Amino acid sequence: MENFKHIQTAHCENGVTVNLLQQQGMDWMNEPLAFGMGSGLFYIHIPFLKVNGGPAISFRSMPGAIFKRTCKVLDVKVNRKKFSSRDEAQRYLDQKVDEGISVGCQVGVFHLMYFPKEYRFHFNAHNLIVYGREDGKYLISDPVMEGTTTLTAAELEKVRFAKGALAPKGHIYYAEKAGIITEEMIRKGIVKGINHNVRDMLHIPARAAGVRGINHTASKVRKWRDQVGERQAGLYLGQIVRMQEEIGTGGGGFRFLYAAFLEQAAERLGNDKLIRISEEFTKSGDLWRDSALQMAGIYKGRITAQKDFDHAADIMNEIAALEKKAFQDLSKLKLR
Amino acid sequence: MKKEELPQDKSALESFTREVCYVKDKDGKYVTGLSTGWEAKSAALDNQWNEIERRVEEAKQKVLNGEASPILYFFELKLMDLPVLTGYTGFSKWSVKRHMKPNVFKKLSDKKLQVYADTFEVSLEDLKNFNV
Repeated sequence: MENFKHIQTAHCENGVTVNLLQQQGMDWMNEPLAFGMGSGLFYIHIPFLKVNGGPAISFRSMPGAIFKRTCKVLDVKVNRKKFSSRDEAQRYLDQKVDEGISVGCQVGVFHLMYFPKEYRFHFNAHNLIVYGREDGKYLISDPVMEGTTTLTAAELEKVRFAKGALAPKGHIYYAEKAGIITEEMIRKGIVKGINHNVRDMLHIPARAAGVRGINHTASKVRKWRDQVGERQAGLYLGQIVRMQEEIGTGGGGFRFLYAAFLEQAAERLGNDKLIRISEEFTKSGDLWRDSALQMAGIYKGRITAQKDFDHAADIMNEIAALEKKAFQDLSKLKLR
Repeated sequence: MKKEELPQDKSALESFTREVCYVKDKDGKYVTGLSTGWEAKSAALDNQWNEIERRVEEAKQKVLNGEASPILYFFELKLMDLPVLTGYTGFSKWSVKRHMKPNVFKKLSDKKLQVYADTFEVSLEDLKNFNV
């Protein structure tokens, strides 16, 4: 592809969504809009699942959901495929790339050689764009990287067929056809995204998900020191901070990104009330950062008393209350 | 978070990339900023790696003491969990757990061991003789 434009974003799936949709002529598409229309904000303390014996927490919706929902609200047809055969997966990729279509690929990061070693875990829901072939190498645009890179066929096959939870199975996808997108459709997409997010955060009937999930985790944080000891509890807290702040979140567990979305929504919908609610999410993001600092104090061994764990949990309770109110305010706007 | 407050700490991302963060500019509008890292989360990642090293060392001792087979060691070294190992080898969870026992490991065919060796990206000899 000659005029491929690499776009760096905070989050990989947002980045792929923005890039693939811009190629369909939507030059107005950007990361906060993709994230908000795809109702990407979430919180879940995943029950029965442990990561290294510790909590499995997600600050965003399920992998794949952002691309799927954003395309759906804009009435864009998506083509996606998974493969059992590696050869077939490569043939299909070659065919698409040779047709001049850049495609999204789901990959595992353990063997993703252009990532620093410290970041290469068996995490299989990473996304990148393949936008061409040159001298036997695939041209790769990874949205979290500052620039483009390349992978050999063998390297690409390895990451496309990584194994373990959420194994990609060669998953490949692209936006096939978009009609004419009117300003009205964009506004509708924004409203749908917001309403979907209100539902996810306030009305999922599970105590581990949505704003209630934050309190659920907080109550666990209070108990860990007694239950598993300072060292182990510190590792658990580190795990929360990594899920919340690691590359891809835009900071503050995606809350700043959501605030940026609401700021744009305010302008597009001509609704100033959204600005004030955007401010609430900025506050929430700042509080998540405060809680990360408090937790860091614990796992660095600087402050390890029970009151320090309680303080971290208190901040989380404060966040839960703040986000509950903010989503209720969004709900009261009765956007449609 | 304000743009000027965006941390620029040293991290493992150095010389690979900087990450995009959403921050407020002087007029209170959201813009993106690039960050080299944040100490609070680097510390979490460092801790995680110390923990991995501890587990690898613990596995190594178990193998040397005859309490576990080399499969446990490489399993830890390659940061795997059971779905990852069963995924790559095609063996069942039950088999994999058995293969982690030294006496079962000794009787494994070279064919099966080769599957493990490929998965762990080591030679068959190094796997068998635990050359680490």
